[in-house]
Amino acid sequence: MKYKLTLAAALLSATFFASAASAKTFVYCSEGSPEGFDPGLYTAGTTFDASAHPIYNRLLEFKPGTTQPEPGLAESWEISQDGTVYTFKLRQNVKFQTTDFFTPSRTLNADDVVFSIGRQIDAKNAWNQYIPGAAWEYAAGMGFPELIKSVEKVDDLTVKFTLNKPEAPFLANLAMPFASIMSKEYADSLDTAGKKEQLNQMPVGTGPFVFVGYQQDAVIRYKKNPDYWGPAPKIDDLVFAITTDAAVRYQKLQAGECHLMPYPNAADVQSMKTNPNLTVLEQEGLNVAYLAYNTTQAPFDKVEVRKALNKAINKKAIVDAVFQGMATPAKNPIPPTMWSYNESTQDDAYDLDAAKKMLADAGVKDLSMKVWAMPVSRPYMLNARRAAEIIQDDFAKIGVKVEIVSYEWAEYLDRSKAKDRDGAVILGWTGDNGDPDNFLDTLLGCNAVGGNNRAQWCNKEFDDLVKKAKVASDQSERTKLYEQAQTVFKKEAPWATLDHSLSVVPMRKGVTGFTQSPLGDFTFEAVDIAE
Amino acid sequence: MFGFLLRRLAVLIPTFIGVSIIAFSFIRLLPGDPVALLSGERVMSPERHALISQQLGLDRPMVIQYLDYLGGVLTGDFGSSIVSKKPILDQFLALFPATVELSLCAIIIAVALGIPAGVIAAIKRGSFFDQALMGVALVGYSMPIFWWGLLLIIFFSGILQWFPVSGRISLMFFFPPVTGFMLIDSLLSGQKGAFASALSHLALPSIVLATIPLAVIARQTRSAMLEVLSEDYVRTARAKGLSPFRVVGIHALRNAMIPVITTIGLQIGVMLAGAILTETIFSWPGIGKWMVDSVFRRDYPVIQGGLLLIAGIIMLVNLIVDLLYGLINPRIRH
Repeated sequence: MKYKLTLAAALLSATFFASAASAKTFVYCSEGSPEGFDPGLYTAGTTFDASAHPIYNRLLEFKPGTTQPEPGLAESWEISQDGTVYTFKLRQNVKFQTTDFFTPSRTLNADDVVFSIGRQIDAKNAWNQYIPGAAWEYAAGMGFPELIKSVEKVDDLTVKFTLNKPEAPFLANLAMPFASIMSKEYADSLDTAGKKEQLNQMPVGTGPFVFVGYQQDAVIRYKKNPDYWGPAPKIDDLVFAITTDAAVRYQKLQAGECHLMPYPNAADVQSMKTNPNLTVLEQEGLNVAYLAYNTTQAPFDKVEVRKALNKAINKKAIVDAVFQGMATPAKNPIPPTMWSYNESTQDDAYDLDAAKKMLADAGVKDLSMKVWAMPVSRPYMLNARRAAEIIQDDFAKIGVKVEIVSYEWAEYLDRSKAKDRDGAVILGWTGDNGDPDNFLDTLLGCNAVGGNNRAQWCNKEFDDLVKKAKVASDQSERTKLYEQAQTVFKKEAPWATLDHSLSVVPMRKGVTGFTQSPLGDFTFEAVDIAE
Repeated sequence: MFGFLLRRLAVLIPTFIGVSIIAFSFIRLLPGDPVALLSGERVMSPERHALISQQLGLDRPMVIQYLDYLGGVLTGDFGSSIVSKKPILDQFLALFPATVELSLCAIIIAVALGIPAGVIAAIKRGSFFDQALMGVALVGYSMPIFWWGLLLIIFFSGILQWFPVSGRISLMFFFPPVTGFMLIDSLLSGQKGAFASALSHLALPSIVLATIPLAVIARQTRSAMLEVLSEDYVRTARAKGLSPFRVVGIHALRNAMIPVITTIGLQIGVMLAGAILTETIFSWPGIGKWMVDSVFRRDYPVIQGGLLLIAGIIMLVNLIVDLLYGLINPRIRH
């Protein structure tokens, strides 16, 4: 029996790779199941990797490997002088995919754009509640319903967005997965057939791969889109083998059962690097982990106290213990891969004696405080309790007593928002659109107090700078403003910035053309497998 | 026998309602708001939170929510997932065959090996075989499934490369599900090598899932057999000159089977719990993994619907076990 099984396995793998070689099948061991295939409905990267990136396109796309938006389905655009009217010229002859369940009769036009965005921002749109409870969470999170006054068809290939106020990150927002462009013709046909919900299960887009089938929690299959408007994909078939456990993903990669995997265990990275069959790519992730003081509560309302505590945190120890080195200590609230990152700011160097003295000078004695540790592992902070313990240990050395507290995740997020919250909270952020506004205003702006601004920090100088940058359309001007804002941030220290984690992607040798995305997306339109 | 069946069914109705109340209320006792979790670190405005709660019907009093839910269940509507928005029953029916296939294979392994092992251990009581077997059974029973599964993968798939690492069938085979049971579907597909592939994918997860029930069944069989073997009628049977095989296989084993069948029935429930971890390790697309994900997302409809369906199945298995008692021991029918 043993030999029969061995033989069967050998035959299978031989046949698999033979067929893979002839048909060029690329297997991606994905980390989870997509929630659905309509990217507008969801917020998870796992869902976007399976839907938005292979199947759809957006008006703008992020240039591979960067956070820079470039023309996608829109060939060009014009922005009105006051920054409130965006007019997009669509690419001609973009074909929607032909599948077993839909054959398009026309190419992409302005109706598709109006449909795709309109359903997410207008509660009265016939497709707003095509699935009961559809929350359009990302569009809401990026403020689209309040921001967009109207989206109109000017002619077949021209679309006009009118905004209620100027917003510089708008173009980057349109490159985000939730703003994927769907086929209105397909939606109409589903409506006529009384099968609207199929839009979320059997997708049709303009992207590089055509959806073939999804076996829940197991496999998603795509094939190359022969009508793709961009450079033709080099692989014929794309398969997502859903493998939730990172250790098992690694085993599959080693066994040659997949070509590339996301999110390895930090502890496995070293062994991956020494494996002759694998290549390991590394890039700083677009994220930050921080410890947010409540700047409205004594003694954390004093800058000197916050600075003193920042000096007592050994970030290097946190990076080593929690990430086994797969992260870098953070000095600014935005990651170094983001434009406008201020290189010139000085971090508060780890110096316990200086910290102790600064606390004494600030008149703080016998300080007891809480440090909140997240109960879950996130890419920016794999083990918050361990980080909290390191902080606790360091603070004890300067006479500050720390009690570590934690709550269930949803409770944690909710309670940590409270304006009168005690202590300092460990939390973090992963960028959505590569725009500094998405960190600086979202996490530290005055209007985020009581919400995302866990430091409850409202500093007029900082807020004025980021608000001004938000409406300025010239990037060099925005860069200057954001650099100044980071200087103010460092001076005021509402957070102790902890780390930016590295994004690590192991893949089989022979895989070419894969580019790591700073946004954490996994896209395969340019990958190839050496034969 | 019919009256016995009716009595057992009558007990099932209050049990089912009890389970539905527990399934409904326990998940709501856990801290964590499903609507807030939809947005994660991205904060949701109170107005939006209220709107979505209303759309999902979570703003109504608990009793109304429960009655509404129960009404739906009685008409076969288990609601839809908050996260994926798909109907619960559809998802359950799509995933359940995978869990049943895995569990059936595991229980077959556990019974086929556990009962003979227990019988031999009882006959050779105190021997090296007996002690070794019970030692191994104890280890098997105490083994953390997660660790054991990973160990088997690393050894048999990683180092020896005898078995595939995870999944239900090789990715080269692609056919639409007919029964949902991969072994059957692979045969129906007519594709060469599909059945062998499905079987080789089933091997390691079945062994992992069978480990604990195997240990329990072996131990239970051993102790039941020891008790029966010391009975007078067994001594009489031996004294009559019956062959050892007839004494043990026919006279003793049949009586020893009653507690063993109870154990096997109970192990079905244990197995469904074990399937949660096994499915996670082997990327086996069954209901265990689906339920765990839903707990983390506070996807109330999935958790309560899934629990109710699983409980219903366990009740059904128990009913079948009860009926089997009746077949083996006629006194129980009355």
